[in-house]
Amino acid sequence: MAAKSTTASAGSGADDHAAEQKASPVQIEIRGLNKTFGVQHVLKGLDLDLARGKINIIIGGSGQGKSVLMKHLMGLLKPDSGRILVDGQDIVGLNDVQWSRLRRKFGMVFQYAALFDSLNVVENIAFPLIERYHLPKDEIMVRVRDLLKRLDLAKVDGIEQKFPAELSGGQRKRVGLARALIDRPEILLYDEPTTGLDPVATKNVDDMILQASRDFGVTSVVISHDMASTFRIGDRVSMLYEGRILVTGTADEVLHSSHRPVQEFVEMAGLLGTAKGASS
Amino acid sequence: MTERTMDGRGAALAELVGRPVRSFFGYFGDHARMLGSASLWLFRRPFRLRLFLEQMEFIGVGSLPIILLVGFFSGAVSAQQAIRALEIFRQERFVGATVGLSLALELAPVFTALMITARAGSGMATELGSMRITEQIDALTTFAVNPVQYLITPRIVAAILMMPIMTMVFNVVGLLGAYLFSVHVKQVDVGAFFEYFQFWTDPSDYLQGGIKAAIFGASLALAACFQGFNVRGGAKEVGLATTRAVVAGSVSVLVLDYFLSDMLATLFPYQS
Repeated sequence: MAAKSTTASAGSGADDHAAEQKASPVQIEIRGLNKTFGVQHVLKGLDLDLARGKINIIIGGSGQGKSVLMKHLMGLLKPDSGRILVDGQDIVGLNDVQWSRLRRKFGMVFQYAALFDSLNVVENIAFPLIERYHLPKDEIMVRVRDLLKRLDLAKVDGIEQKFPAELSGGQRKRVGLARALIDRPEILLYDEPTTGLDPVATKNVDDMILQASRDFGVTSVVISHDMASTFRIGDRVSMLYEGRILVTGTADEVLHSSHRPVQEFVEMAGLLGTAKGASS
Repeated sequence: MTERTMDGRGAALAELVGRPVRSFFGYFGDHARMLGSASLWLFRRPFRLRLFLEQMEFIGVGSLPIILLVGFFSGAVSAQQAIRALEIFRQERFVGATVGLSLALELAPVFTALMITARAGSGMATELGSMRITEQIDALTTFAVNPVQYLITPRIVAAILMMPIMTMVFNVVGLLGAYLFSVHVKQVDVGAFFEYFQFWTDPSDYLQGGIKAAIFGASLALAACFQGFNVRGGAKEVGLATTRAVVAGSVSVLVLDYFLSDMLATLFPYQS
């Protein structure tokens, strides 16, 4: 998959810098991020590194600021202070035009897919291409059908002309992922992708995230409180607690962390036994 | 000590008076900001003609049956009431002029605006509210599509363009209702009906009605879009936003009607 750079090239120096950033194992660096809503201090000087080409999972209980963090990454919220570096470029304080270029680097899969109700499946998936480029209709259709096939949607009867209301929860998530992937992003953000799904559908969504990471080589950032999924697919796991990252590491490292809130979270999820069993 | 108590009371009074004033100006300021933003985005690329046509179809063609129905009966009932009053002076022949003028200047633009607020305004608020709570508006932003340009501008422009057309439709069917009632039920002379209608009504009366209608269109669409776009919460809040959109749209139409009538009467003075 061709990676697209949004960094303006200004001679070989800039090219070298961009190439250096691409080689860095860390694609997104968050430093000292603060966000307050009224009297509520949600993010309290949060620091976090997100690894390139890996599945990075951010876990934490409800109200800990996971979705707020995600919205900062997509530029839907502006922090009170702090920096977010994407391939070395600080994205805080970018203007509309710079953001609109940078957003091509990102794809986002929303909690409930956020498909446009008034558009059918093909129109939903093709939406980013139609809005961003003047591509011939045939070329758009080739890319849409390729994604439908790769995400196991092509076999669903009449899928192309179906509207979101006619799809199951799992199918919606897949169409949402196809829409996020169609413009070949470098970074894919998932907001609580398994919320509200039954165990079989949850497993399917996990497989879908793994497939997207493996086949498309994207950096995945998954916000979740589903511990089972986290330990199944996560390359790096970070726990967000009271507006700060408490611990970051492999799933095993997080599982055996000495931090009390992490232990409580794992125990509450009832995973200690199963995960230990899985890791041994 | 007494001075301090007085200071405290002063601050409390200032807060008591200041809060509603701030909230009043904040409310109108937020509407003005949305209208300004929607107007600016109208002139920036990309121009999505399809969205404008879709909204024009929704506001105009979609509202046609109700406009035809309400227009016809409004004209008929206006003729009925006019004839009751004119009968006292045995001047029923003026019914065409009376109904024609009241339709052109008041009834058609106001009733059309109220009907479109109820049908299309509520629809806009519900659709935008649902899009907000299901993160579809955030999704637009993530695709580098400005939600105001994509969702608000086409709705306001479509309402401005379609309202005068629908008002003219209301005028025609209203007059038809008045004609059928007056001529076929009340036996008013058909020649007199049209003769006086033609003599007393003027193209400028329809122009005034059209200007009012376009401004009502902007107002009702802005009220609906503002309420829907700013929904926070869930299905209950979408319902409340829809109610607020219809109330705000209807009230704005009736309040604006007074000021516009005054202003247009000055701009288009009656010429005998």
